[in-house]
Amino acid sequence: MNIQPFPLLEISLCGYVIGAVGALVFMRREKLANVFSFGVASLSALAGLLAALDFLSAGPGAAVPKIDLLPSSIPYLQFTVRLDPLGAFFLLIVSLLGLAISIYSLGYARGFYGRKNVGVLGAFFNLLLLATTAVFLADNAFFFLIAWEIMALTAYCLVSFEHEKVETRNAGVLFFIMSHIGTGCLILGFLLLFQGTGKMLGDYSPQAYSFESFHALGEKMSAAFQNHTDPDLLLRRDIAFLLFLVGFGVKAGIVPLHIWLPAAHPVAPSNVSAFMSGVLIKTGIYGLTRVLFDFLGTPPNWWGVTVLSIGTISAVLGVLYALMEHDLKRLLAYHSIENIGIILMGLGASLMFLHSGHPVLASLALIAGLYHTINHAVFKALLFLGAGAVLHATHTRNMEEMGGLAKRMRWTALFFLVGAVAISALPPLNGFVSEWLTYQSLLQGFGTTTSLVRIMFPISGAMLALTGALAAACFVKAFGITFLAQPRSEHAAHAHEASFTMLLGQGILTAACVFLGLFPAFLLKWLDPVTQQLSGQQISAQLSAANGLILSNTAAQGGTVSMLGLALLALALLAAPLVLWLLFATRAKTRRGPTWDCGLRGLTPQMEYTATGFSKPIRMIFKALFRPRREVQREYDFSPYFTTTLRFESHVEEVFQTRIYRPLNRLVLGVSRRLRALQAGSIQAYLIYIFITLVLLLLFAL
Amino acid sequence: MNFDPLNILLQTILLLLLAPLLSGCIRNWKAKLQNRRGARLWQPYSDLIKFFRKDMVISEHASWIFSFAPYVVFITALVAGLLVPMVAVQAPLSLFGDVLALVGLLALGRFFLALGGLDPGSAFGGMGSSREMTIAAVAEPAMMLAIFTVAISAGSTDISHIVQVAQSPTWQVLNPTHVMAFAALFIVLLAETGRIPVDNPATHLELTMIHEAMLLEYSGRHLALMEWGASIKQLVLMTLLVNIFFPIGMATDATPAALGIGALVYAGKLILIAAAVVVVETTNAKLRLFRVPDLLGAAFVLGALALLSTFLFQ
Repeated sequence: MNIQPFPLLEISLCGYVIGAVGALVFMRREKLANVFSFGVASLSALAGLLAALDFLSAGPGAAVPKIDLLPSSIPYLQFTVRLDPLGAFFLLIVSLLGLAISIYSLGYARGFYGRKNVGVLGAFFNLLLLATTAVFLADNAFFFLIAWEIMALTAYCLVSFEHEKVETRNAGVLFFIMSHIGTGCLILGFLLLFQGTGKMLGDYSPQAYSFESFHALGEKMSAAFQNHTDPDLLLRRDIAFLLFLVGFGVKAGIVPLHIWLPAAHPVAPSNVSAFMSGVLIKTGIYGLTRVLFDFLGTPPNWWGVTVLSIGTISAVLGVLYALMEHDLKRLLAYHSIENIGIILMGLGASLMFLHSGHPVLASLALIAGLYHTINHAVFKALLFLGAGAVLHATHTRNMEEMGGLAKRMRWTALFFLVGAVAISALPPLNGFVSEWLTYQSLLQGFGTTTSLVRIMFPISGAMLALTGALAAACFVKAFGITFLAQPRSEHAAHAHEASFTMLLGQGILTAACVFLGLFPAFLLKWLDPVTQQLSGQQISAQLSAANGLILSNTAAQGGTVSMLGLALLALALLAAPLVLWLLFATRAKTRRGPTWDCGLRGLTPQMEYTATGFSKPIRMIFKALFRPRREVQREYDFSPYFTTTLRFESHVEEVFQTRIYRPLNRLVLGVSRRLRALQAGSIQAYLIYIFITLVLLLLFAL
Repeated sequence: MNFDPLNILLQTILLLLLAPLLSGCIRNWKAKLQNRRGARLWQPYSDLIKFFRKDMVISEHASWIFSFAPYVVFITALVAGLLVPMVAVQAPLSLFGDVLALVGLLALGRFFLALGGLDPGSAFGGMGSSREMTIAAVAEPAMMLAIFTVAISAGSTDISHIVQVAQSPTWQVLNPTHVMAFAALFIVLLAETGRIPVDNPATHLELTMIHEAMLLEYSGRHLALMEWGASIKQLVLMTLLVNIFFPIGMATDATPAALGIGALVYAGKLILIAAAVVVVETTNAKLRLFRVPDLLGAAFVLGALALLSTFLFQ
């Protein structure tokens, strides 16, 4: 058995534990706690990264190593971890981000010196990394759920880190509640599967909840589905699908279960936001992929249709709400919803192709989804780290108070720009590559069936185009208002560049964005084992031409694209302006002058375009959705055209808040109020309840 | 699927030289149609040379983005142009990018154009950027639907391959699917190149301009690159439109005769589409900004109908 990745993996997991313990030990000495906890975390993450790369580059068919982490005396509870291709791919994501974010945190946590306990931050951060890694490696449902819960709890603690603020506390509680609704669904889903495997194996031994048995159950369910036998099992399977969709969907932040996401991500410390947006919500994607492709067998068509529709809706609504934000971190949080939607478009299309029996196309769509998963992790973490640096320098999240930062924070601006171009799916960076793969799979999907359902593919494609264009608009706004023009506040005018470690963390992710964009062939090769495991195909050879320099697609004569080629060509074409400059402009001089101010007395930052103004046309076009409210109060002396004071307020409220969650909230509170009568505090009443319950149970037993 | 540096060079030169002429033609004919004499056809060349020779004034509020943007706008338009077959069926660089890459490249140019508009801190630039990105956002889905229709019919997103399929005798130019997709793309073309129902290229009226507003602070060679980039983009989109839907006469091999015919037919097609744009510009008034989404919505519906009709007619 090939157990090469294991020593590294053990080092990595132990490292997180040591980091957490050390951070608590050195709690009183904040500098030491900072350096120790985040230093150890970055080394552990590096070990995890190497383990994942080692495993994935071995290619398909590498033995799946498996060990018990801890001896356990509790029956049914085994801390077994295994490294299978899907897990290894997500291990790659968590470790890469863990590395970059830990390095960044070395500098970022200094901002908390004297204010907050850095040791606690470091300890929880290490625990979160440990739990998330364990989620991706767990080999049975119990261990998975335990790791899942630890992850949710540590994330809750980190979200509430700055708990003095009311906003933070509320967001933390919301996250806690939503997260547990999700976990509840997951427990029910796993119980349904457990029932199935128990029946299949004949006994409910610990073996019955291992992931291998679930996989075997999936094959049984596929057979039942194809032969139209065992409708009871198939009904349970459908219910399990819905439970998992909700359970993992809450974590991933699909619309309409996303409400915790824009609340919790902005209030957490920025390094934690980066990790949450980059990795934590991806555990939902991991779970869905694991369950849908590994456990539940050949899917019926409506699963794929559901996932694709949810993905499309999440993508469009996520970006539309993002456009309305002028809180930089909330804006990024809404973009996470958008990108989760794009990932689900790939996964949903893949399920539809698996159903219609097109394994190659299914692999293409799956690759598109997974490629976008790592891409989003990289560029979203990069953007959050950039936002953190900006927040650190200006002490505000409100974009309307920023501006002019490109001159004061040169490197941060450059890194943020790279992230912005990548997330807007523009060539030559990574976002374009994964969206290109998504487009290709959607386009080819049109030919896979003859039913009307196929019209969904191009419509989803068009919505993806809308999403991309709106994302570009949103990031022109986010970058332009934050980093360009004149500073709009004192803080922004005195902003300073982030520290070296903060820049290094961003630099690593920037390099990853460029690498994943220009050289897609590497990642495609690493995805071979994953698609082999999940859809039985390896298509990296089909997807790359000319030694991997050109990305092609699975159809003969289909489109090809080469980001490296285009980038080099663009560099070569710079010769054209150079020649023209030599011909005509060598004597032209350049001077600096004021921006034209229409003959007024100089341009002030107040005259600049604002973020709210920038998104106004889009707010107007989609006003049926946004239902913007605005209040204008003016005071004037003699004519309304000469206002002395003006107060302007504009709100956009999410339709889900007003239409779903608020009525639901009211309903729950109302019912609780009624139920309170039951709990009146009188012993006699309680005795009666116990008696009635007992009688009912006895009747039931008879 | 060959990689020929000579082809790349020739097409680059063609793009660079033809684009200002096309803009000049449209301007001149528009003037003629409005009973004005109009500037000479080659006026844009003189403008560009003059811009190149002029000194530059760069706003003191602007950062490096402002000086970087013109190069991105110019180069992306040029690279996009190399992905499109002009005279011959085989585009010089079809291997490096398909129609999705073309849309992406133009979007990259627009991204930096909008940033360049915001950078000097003038309200005009911000307004232009905001409107440009909004219109692009509404135009993009319509454009993609129309492109998807053609790509699905041809079974590929590779532009040269689409053209090859379109040249085959089984392809019907006047099939309702293609007519609707063409109409949708034509509307998008008007929006993307800033033509009259959407934006007025001749305007300097502050509150109606979009593209001009973003260029307001540019001068000298930066302005030249911006203007040139915009006219190359216009040429590229027009070429895409005429060659995908009417691939008649395009050279399939590299013999001088075939290329000669190809060039002549290509010139003819460009004249026709430019004339169509001139007629639309002269007979229509500029729409209010918030009426533009209706127009582009119509393009989206046309694109969707085109797709649905593929479903019906196959």
